[in-house]
Amino acid sequence: MFAEFLQFLFSGITVGAIYALVGLGFAIIYNASHVINFAQGEFVMLGGMNTVFFISVGMPMPVAMLLAVVVTIFIGLALEKFAIEPARDASIVTLIIITIGASIFLRGAAQVIWGRNFHSLKPISGNDPVMIGGAAVLPQSLWVLGCTIVIVIALMFFFNRTLVGKAIVASAHNPLAARLVGINPRFIMLLSFGLSAMLGGIAGILIAPISLAYPGVGIMLGLKGFCAAILGGLGNPMGAIIAGLIVGISEAVTAGYISSAYKDAVAFIIILGVLFFKPSGLFGVRGTERV
Amino acid sequence: MNFKTPRTGGMLTLAALITIMPLFLPNSFYYDIVILIGINAIVCVGLNLLIGYTGQISLGHAGFFGIGAYFSGILGIEYAWPAFAAMLAGAVFVGVISFLVARPIMKLKGHYLAMGTLGMGIIISIILTQEGDLTGGPDGMPVNPFTVFGFSVYGEKTWYWIVGAVLLITVWLSLNLVDSPVGRALRSVHGSEVAAETLGVDVPHYKVLIFVASAVIASLAGSIYAHYAGFITPEEAGFIHSIELVTMVVLGGMASTFGAVVGAAILTILPQLLTVFHDYEMLAFGAILIGTMIFMRRGLVPTLASLFQRKLS
Repeated sequence: MFAEFLQFLFSGITVGAIYALVGLGFAIIYNASHVINFAQGEFVMLGGMNTVFFISVGMPMPVAMLLAVVVTIFIGLALEKFAIEPARDASIVTLIIITIGASIFLRGAAQVIWGRNFHSLKPISGNDPVMIGGAAVLPQSLWVLGCTIVIVIALMFFFNRTLVGKAIVASAHNPLAARLVGINPRFIMLLSFGLSAMLGGIAGILIAPISLAYPGVGIMLGLKGFCAAILGGLGNPMGAIIAGLIVGISEAVTAGYISSAYKDAVAFIIILGVLFFKPSGLFGVRGTERV
Repeated sequence: MNFKTPRTGGMLTLAALITIMPLFLPNSFYYDIVILIGINAIVCVGLNLLIGYTGQISLGHAGFFGIGAYFSGILGIEYAWPAFAAMLAGAVFVGVISFLVARPIMKLKGHYLAMGTLGMGIIISIILTQEGDLTGGPDGMPVNPFTVFGFSVYGEKTWYWIVGAVLLITVWLSLNLVDSPVGRALRSVHGSEVAAETLGVDVPHYKVLIFVASAVIASLAGSIYAHYAGFITPEEAGFIHSIELVTMVVLGGMASTFGAVVGAAILTILPQLLTVFHDYEMLAFGAILIGTMIFMRRGLVPTLASLFQRKLS
């Protein structure tokens, strides 16, 4: 009984960690530019697909992973440079359509380059489950968890202790004041897209052995990551991480105890429920509107 | 009557276009595309009232389209309801549902609103996919032909005139609404909700009104589509379709009724043209979308209209 629950909990935390990483990507870009990047899920897809590709041309796994992340970062930078930057002062809806256009473009490119097939990626350290408290946990789940924790700590260090990280936080709080003290907003935006692409790419590599890699893998992951970002209060990175885990665990528990058919609806039911009663998310600060 | 106003002139142009169009449609393949343009345009004209005029985004309107379509399908086949009654039942159901969610959803702003409407749409499409006993599941279900007084509507040519007439009526209603006190109230909400409120505009009331109206229009269009196509799948209610609808509105030009029609036309034709690129279809579609939105931020019709006016003066 308890072992069963533990089993659901572990699988929930695994997917939840991925949602958290994607949600974190949304939050970082939103903080730097107030843009919601609907191509965030495509970064996840690119991370997985690129790794599969580099391994298929004969590279050792660690090199392939590293290259995949680098390629994804460059795609993120290119997205900012060629699609977001030229339309920086456009309205929210226009920017949403542009990032949706970018996600269609990236999905289309992936189909052209790698085809529509599903690809599997070998787990990092085998398929033999580890028994924890009666629950069988795949080693890949532990990798997902471990990497997510390392990334979160590294990001906390980056945002709180380094000059560049502090510059990003500063421009999120007050873009004009940040400019006045010599922070280049263009550089911050570029950096935030690179950072989010990196997070997405890593998430994609980690989840690929579990979810497979195919051009459409990013759609649902991206939307649920967006759920996490909004649920946690938009622009609140810690909120996004906690919300990602909440979504992942609720999904796994619903699938286990209630109905696996409605697993995908859980994230959206939670978000509607929360937004109806707390329109700024779980951990969002209630904003006052300036007239 | 002043024929030069966008209202009368535009209506007459659209009516003329619909009347002479059949002369240039060589076969049923072309009829099919034009009918789909018409159905999409009907939804977009309604959605434009919400997005373009009131400034409230919805990423879930395909859900309402899907409910309309499935009401027509399920009530017609399983319960042998007359087509008109099923269509009305769908519209009433969507009206009630959208009214219930409108208050809490319309309280949300910006990206939170995008998330709320997106979630609502996805939940609808998941229900339609999972309740397989009723809806046929992911494979979809057949729909009876549209029958009134024992007379069944068949063939692209008949449907062409029906969709054309419904489109004209929708455009006419939309133009009238926009030019009425309600329309001015909607635009004031778009400009600044606080300012609108201080002027005595009941902001929540108008937001709910227009949300419900656009949802019901989507539902009616969904019913028409279901009878025309004769077969529906949950994809009609899906996230991708919602996105397509919003894109049509934004690409054609926000706060422009004819822009919504033009946007629907372009984005319905474009994939047909792009099939010549085979595998590159999606790639090209994404690139065109990004390019147009960067260079014509306000959408095609308003951008071109102001270019044209500058040339004249």
